[in-house]
Amino acid sequence: MSKSFKENAPISAEQFMDELMRLKRGSVTRRHFLGVTGLGLACAILARETGLFSTPAFAEDLSKQMSIATWPNYHDPATFEAFTAATGVAVEVNVFGSNEEMLAKLQAGGTGWDLFVPTNYTISTYAKLGLIDALDMPKLLNYSAATETARFTAEGVIDGTTYAVPKNWGTTGIAVNSTKIKTPVTSWKDFFEIAQGEGDTRVMVHDYQLTTIGNALVSLGYSFNSIKPEELAKAEELLVKVKPHLYAINSDYQPAMRAGDAWMTMCWTNDGAQLNRDVPEIKFVLGKDGGEIWSDFYAIPKSAANKPAGYALLNYLMDPSNAVKEHIANGAPTTDSRVLSLLPKEVTSNTIVYPPEAELTPLEFGAAVTLTDPARAEVMARFKSA
Amino acid sequence: MALAINTKRGMVTAALVAPAVAWLFIFLVLPFIAMVVFSVGDRAPEGGYQPAFTFAQFANLPSRAAAFWNTLVLAPIGSLLCLIVAYPVAYYLAVKATPRYRLLLVSLVVVPFWTSLLVRTYAWMYLLGSRGIPNLLGMIGIEDVRILNTPGAVLLGIVYGYLPLMIMPIYVNLEKLDRRLLEASADLGAKPVSTFFSVTLPLSLPGVMTGLALVTILLLGEYLIPQLLGGGKVFFIGNALVDLFLQSRNWPFGSAIAVTLVVVVVFVLLIAMRIAWKIAGTRQVDLV
Repeated sequence: MSKSFKENAPISAEQFMDELMRLKRGSVTRRHFLGVTGLGLACAILARETGLFSTPAFAEDLSKQMSIATWPNYHDPATFEAFTAATGVAVEVNVFGSNEEMLAKLQAGGTGWDLFVPTNYTISTYAKLGLIDALDMPKLLNYSAATETARFTAEGVIDGTTYAVPKNWGTTGIAVNSTKIKTPVTSWKDFFEIAQGEGDTRVMVHDYQLTTIGNALVSLGYSFNSIKPEELAKAEELLVKVKPHLYAINSDYQPAMRAGDAWMTMCWTNDGAQLNRDVPEIKFVLGKDGGEIWSDFYAIPKSAANKPAGYALLNYLMDPSNAVKEHIANGAPTTDSRVLSLLPKEVTSNTIVYPPEAELTPLEFGAAVTLTDPARAEVMARFKSA
Repeated sequence: MALAINTKRGMVTAALVAPAVAWLFIFLVLPFIAMVVFSVGDRAPEGGYQPAFTFAQFANLPSRAAAFWNTLVLAPIGSLLCLIVAYPVAYYLAVKATPRYRLLLVSLVVVPFWTSLLVRTYAWMYLLGSRGIPNLLGMIGIEDVRILNTPGAVLLGIVYGYLPLMIMPIYVNLEKLDRRLLEASADLGAKPVSTFFSVTLPLSLPGVMTGLALVTILLLGEYLIPQLLGGGKVFFIGNALVDLFLQSRNWPFGSAIAVTLVVVVVFVLLIAMRIAWKIAGTRQVDLV
């Protein structure tokens, strides 16, 4: 028999998608996928081509598997798929609702994470406890310190050593379903009042001490970062009083907001942008009485099992052409002017993502002390078990 | 000679028992000792444990009274509800079902166990959320029913999740039931209902008690179902424990609560066993 005429023909678009879906479902192995689509061969050839993937990280053995710890709804799944297609390294994604939870896991050891996403105020503690590596900057050639906004990146550098590089910045505001809640919400004071009134049993707070206690403090006129016992006692009193009126205490609030089970929630910029994009009646507002402004970073745990892959993924994410897709998908504002210039107008003009500077003025960055302060941890735990 | 045999037997016994003893020592006794040691320690400044000798952690226990109370109320209610649902099923399987279908029906009870409880509980989140059952109820005019994130949802999840653990012991017990006793009861003029209450039910009490103990003990440490179906608002002591280790990083206080929980479980179990064997024991003597 002669060979089928299709034997050496390139794969059609439909077949490619079929094979991709089979791979995603787990029906076929990655080896099969790379073989049948020709991607494996293509990668093998490209890898030899100098100048294309010539970053040092790619030259090392990346192994087959890596793991990242991050936040809910925070990445474009396509990013990881593209990274896997380019490197052969499958990315396992772990999702957390608080920095405390990430810290607890790293302190206990054996996380298996090769990359994770801590928030600005935690990095000094991670470095002090020796839980993260000083980054090997030559492995991150795509990172450009010069184009970063210092306000959002400063906490990644401790005494001149870079421990973490920024992912994006954002704010913690209020997402409110405007068809369900008619009272205007403009502050955290409003938030907690509506939670006990018009939004009774329809409001969510984070399962996260920094924002839940912080915003309760703000609504009472105190600092977001307060650790003063008498102010914390007032915040605890407020939270315990509000608790029976809440819908849930959970940092993964998108499902409940989308389903209409919850009408208002504490909300991060990126979630606010995603919710508003898909459900226009869900608005995102910043508290005029205060709240949080933050930047999230990428860092590599000292205990990482597959550091080459951790660096490779980080370098991949720092490439502006990849980062821009992430930003379009997850809706968080960028810290990198290279990425900003690539973003489409409808993203940069979205006031949820890039609010006017005046709205940011009352906001505070989280303070390192709140992460380790035993009183804040205990207030949160008592509120939840009340 | 006799002594030699005894020693030899003793050595064989020791060899056979050794793995179990080692297992219990390494995975039960040692961790428990560690827990007790941690429970009198202090929280390190950045979280975790630092050595100390203090009872401050135990003094702080009242701050988790609500979680203890939730657990001690909802766990028995949950297992009683489980019993009410499980008993008729077990009875049908053991007494009424024809042998042909029995195997099929028993497997239907067991098969859901092959899927992770996590996945099945997630499914309940969607069923109980406003787009699930409340939506269907809305169509027939019952508006604004709220199920998810209430104690009711947690109880439902508990009954669903633990049902097979209740059905199986009762089923096994009822299957051994001597049918001649039922015939004798009928011959002596008892109606089916009184036969059930004076013969079948008392004879199945050991199974009922096993099921109740099994489900209650597991429920006392339950974490997942309240977390997912209670929205973090219906808090069991298991949730308080997870919180202390995975959020507050307060290992000593977490250990103190864990030690207390173990003491409470042992206490509850001892009382339950006493009552159970008292009832079951006397009834059995009366009948046989």
